Amino acid sequence: MASPQPRIGVITYPGSQDDRDALWALTALDAEAVPVWHEQRELPDLDAVVLPGGFSYGDYLRCGAIARFSPATAAVCEFAAEGGLVLGICNGFQILCEAGLLPGVLLRNESLRFVCRDVRLTVERDDLAFTGRCTSGQALVIPVKHGDGRWYVPWDLVEELAEQRQIVLRYAEPCNGSTADVAGVCNVGGNVLGLMPHPEHAVDPLLGSDDGALILASLVDAARDRALALA
Amino acid sequence: MTAPQDASGGPGIKATVLVRPKTGILDPQGEAVEAALEHLGFAVADARIGKVIDLEVEAADAAEAKTQVEKMCEQLLANPLIESYEVEIHGQPAA
Repeated sequence: MASPQPRIGVITYPGSQDDRDALWALTALDAEAVPVWHEQRELPDLDAVVLPGGFSYGDYLRCGAIARFSPATAAVCEFAAEGGLVLGICNGFQILCEAGLLPGVLLRNESLRFVCRDVRLTVERDDLAFTGRCTSGQALVIPVKHGDGRWYVPWDLVEELAEQRQIVLRYAEPCNGSTADVAGVCNVGGNVLGLMPHPEHAVDPLLGSDDGALILASLVDAARDRALALA
Repeated sequence: MTAPQDASGGPGIKATVLVRPKTGILDPQGEAVEAALEHLGFAVADARIGKVIDLEVEAADAAEAKTQVEKMCEQLLANPLIESYEVEIHGQPAA
């Protein structure tokens, strides 16, 4: 049986940088990657959406604070509210936090240094659309490149999030001073994930690691399942 | 760009917003500045770095201007998880 290519959108904001890499990686993983311009108030017909990394609106005021009010972000919020799959990478994670789709906020790295290197991560949860090809406890190596990646929530909230199984990825080594070493967090429904590491930069062994493909291919699998269910 | 006009056709009301990191939020920029000041020989403690946003608001009076600017803070200018804010209205006594 021919399996259909799921349609996965990638939003380009003014200042997005990793939109093309995300489009390339999704295409390489057998999705139909669809560029979406930030001024689009309505999303095209999509099975999932990716908010890419970069510096939307120059990170003015706070990272993601302005992009949150883009027409496409409003459309993404509606898509997520209907159960649509949304993945925010780096700046995309920051935007999803500012938009209130994910808990917390990303602050300046504790070191005040921009970190740009491969980091080791631990998968905390393998039953999500974004981690179906992983196993809980699995170690992944995926690069980070950010100056504002210190995820913050008050400690009582991080305990609550852990109980609700919303912590999806943790750093397995010091990275940015993130609360409870959280590298990726999902919403209560599990259909929205944000993470600081860049899976789209780790989809081929030539790039040093292809562990990022596990996350993106999980998303492609889940998006394909949704496309088939609706067909 | 022309300055916004208030309801009576006069100039807009000037406002200043002070945004500060909340107590207990780690502020590595403040710590770095504090260390630099200590290096210069100043005896300082608890340096914290926030933001100043100056605005000119179109509003009938200072009270309305303040209400508007507070809404701006809630919706965009400050993130309540990590920041507190203060609004100052200039030129006219606040009602």
